[in-house]
Amino acid sequence: MTDPAPRTTEPAPEQAPLPAPTTRPRQDGEGGRVVREILSGNAVISVLAVIVALIIGAILIAVTDPRVGSAAGYFFASPGATVNAIWASVSDAYGALLRGATYDPGARTWQGKLGIFETLTFATPLILAGLSVTLAFRTGLFNIGAQGQIILGATFAGAAGFFLDLPVGLHLVVVILAGALGGALWGGIAGVLKAKTGAHEVIVTIMLNYIAAALVLYLLKNQLKDPNSTNPVSPKMPDNALYPLLLGPNFRLHAGFILAIAAVLAVGWLLNRSTLGFEYRAIGTNPLAARTAGMIVSRGYITVMLIAGALAGLAGTAQVAGTEKSLDAEVAGSIGFDAITVALLGRSTPWGTFFAALLFGAFKAGGTSMAVNADVSIDIVAVVQSLIVLFIAAPPLIRSMFRIRAVRREGASA
Amino acid sequence: MSTVTTQPAGRPAGQPAVAGVGPAPGSRRTPIVLAVLAAVAIVVFAVLGPGGQATFRISQDNDAWQVPNLVLPAKAFGVAIAVVCTALAVLAYRQMRANGRIAKWVTLTYAPVFVVGLLVWIVGGTTTQNITLVGLFTGAMLITTPLVFGSLSGVLCERSGVVNIAIEGQLLAGAFTAALVASITHNAFAGLFAAAAAGVAVSALLAVFSIKYVVNQIIVGVVLNVLVSGLTGFLFEKIMKTSVNGATIYNQPAQLPALPIPLLSEIPVIGPMLFRQSIIGYLMLVLVAAIWFGLFRTRWGLRIRAVGEHPKAADTVGINVNRTRVRNVLAGGAVAGIGGAYFTLVAVSSFSKDMTGGLGFIALAALIFGRWNPIGAALAALLFGVAGNLQSILSLAGTPIDGQFLAMLPYALTILAVSGFVGRSRAPAADGQPYVKG
Repeated sequence: MTDPAPRTTEPAPEQAPLPAPTTRPRQDGEGGRVVREILSGNAVISVLAVIVALIIGAILIAVTDPRVGSAAGYFFASPGATVNAIWASVSDAYGALLRGATYDPGARTWQGKLGIFETLTFATPLILAGLSVTLAFRTGLFNIGAQGQIILGATFAGAAGFFLDLPVGLHLVVVILAGALGGALWGGIAGVLKAKTGAHEVIVTIMLNYIAAALVLYLLKNQLKDPNSTNPVSPKMPDNALYPLLLGPNFRLHAGFILAIAAVLAVGWLLNRSTLGFEYRAIGTNPLAARTAGMIVSRGYITVMLIAGALAGLAGTAQVAGTEKSLDAEVAGSIGFDAITVALLGRSTPWGTFFAALLFGAFKAGGTSMAVNADVSIDIVAVVQSLIVLFIAAPPLIRSMFRIRAVRREGASA
Repeated sequence: MSTVTTQPAGRPAGQPAVAGVGPAPGSRRTPIVLAVLAAVAIVVFAVLGPGGQATFRISQDNDAWQVPNLVLPAKAFGVAIAVVCTALAVLAYRQMRANGRIAKWVTLTYAPVFVVGLLVWIVGGTTTQNITLVGLFTGAMLITTPLVFGSLSGVLCERSGVVNIAIEGQLLAGAFTAALVASITHNAFAGLFAAAAAGVAVSALLAVFSIKYVVNQIIVGVVLNVLVSGLTGFLFEKIMKTSVNGATIYNQPAQLPALPIPLLSEIPVIGPMLFRQSIIGYLMLVLVAAIWFGLFRTRWGLRIRAVGEHPKAADTVGINVNRTRVRNVLAGGAVAGIGGAYFTLVAVSSFSKDMTGGLGFIALAALIFGRWNPIGAALAALLFGVAGNLQSILSLAGTPIDGQFLAMLPYALTILAVSGFVGRSRAPAADGQPYVKG
């Protein structure tokens, strides 16, 4: 208990350029460096990263398309046929992706036409979980544990939904609070262990993800099981506990989206306007300097992980009380891991995270339509998403690809 | 991967590379943990212990040597375990009071005693009250083998200072490539080599991004896992699922046969577990020994550990830090790729989407729980494998505890290890830090 875990000794290069980089004795200063790196890039890199990733995805789609393969068989006789086949293959896939994510004039129903609302529905938990990762990131912590926090949040929200019987309005509020509490609990474990014992939050949160997955499966087989089902799923949420639908019963978009926007504003205020957020950013940039300035670093770690966990818990609540309307073992899907990529793509700013989440929501909504209409597996979306993040995380790579000169903004501190 | 808390600036390289397998003797929290576990033993194993007997079947019916079954009265045995655990906990407390440290043998004895007590309690509580030890351990090897390869990959990378979160991706890439190549060539060995190459390819990405472009290693690892999962999933749908004449010809890999070693394979329990394996299984045993010897007994290993603990010092004496790291990361990829081949060439005879199912992260846990030591990691992998297999055996028999809690065990133990409740698991000092010369 004597270790308040001041994590780093790495001075921020902008402030104290004296020591060589190799004298950083611990990687704990890494968070600060990454935060600066993420923030110092510019939007052009992000856009180019998306384009390059889409091009690589297109190559994969074209290469594995049998139409392209058969046309390539007589490539030298008629090269145009191959080009046409490639164009057809890629435009089919990406066309279906785009229409599915935004507006599809060919669909017969309004639900089919207006994929944009499906995009917003998928984006809702991504915004909230992305904010969770963003907030921790700005404090110099890697929250790999959004997945587990989502599961716990969904479980708590589900339990509050099934076991309580409250009037309209109040019930939903209780469900939301329970979801935030569940996530905060799970995030808080990582925060406390980090602050009190120095346990690395990456390892702890990865392990907590798996514990959460096992825990929810246990509960779904026992306490939370739907008695009318043989599968480990919960009963349907009662109507009082559900987010109201924003566009009537034909669309899944629910009030959780409004809450997500509110969360963007709240996190933006917290980070940029509040004393607490100032402390977080100071700790994220240079924990040692923050401690010297009188901030209590360990308390910062604990509180930021509580808030980050609560945000991820709200993402779980959005699933169980909005999109899915019941709890199952797959409630978190890949949201927790997508949230990391969303936060990186959004350069760890609240509104950046918001737009990145919209993009990934569009990928998800469009990917489903692409799988159905163009017979291209939705897995290609995961490929494109991960490539985007790789390229964004390595600005020199994109710069060298497009021969952009590095812009060094001196004094651009996080 | 740091678990060390306070580090003064310019800390000398005096931090010892923890080479021991068991928990460190000095942790202050150890007596508390031991006391809590002793209390659990008293309440659960002794007071609430199941009546009747727990039978452990040791020999199979067709074994040359027949060893009689081990029959233990569950409750009486639980009482005995509780007494031993309590005595050891008291001893540990007194040693801590007297010397400020606990003798290593105390914790090293405590762990197996408790595990045996747990096992007897679980088996005694099932409806059938018996379990086949051979089945328990040979089944465990299905999980343990890829875990060992995965954690050895982690050892190689992290001892040189590169955090490898991408073990999962390396295993999955190996499993997929082995299945594809062994199906096309009808040659399992071609599949094995291709799997190693696939692991190296994933590692190459890790090396390029984390060492050349100095991207944060954890980010690269997380993203590579998603990339490999997406890529293998996409190619699985596009290539492996297409059937020719009703057969999925690209997903019928030739299998590696089991090669029993005469005599040794007849030893009860150990024989079927270790000496009736495929070539991958024997390779695992060789690699554990070789990597341990290499790391701790050769100049090569000393250099790697120097690079992982204090890259600047290593650089000063003329070791090329980043080249060493790249080599180790690539070697780690080959090892994990072979471990991935085990899935499709030995364990199951075809590839399925995301078939590694998080085992790469358990391998990471085994690596940490085994204190970045090849032998420790292998033993941790064995423990996690047994726990995992016990879980699937118990899901068939009625049990006192739910299998999901056994599933949590590796992860919970790892959290306890990194937060210093069970010894102190300490990463190489420069683990995760890029080295920029200058």
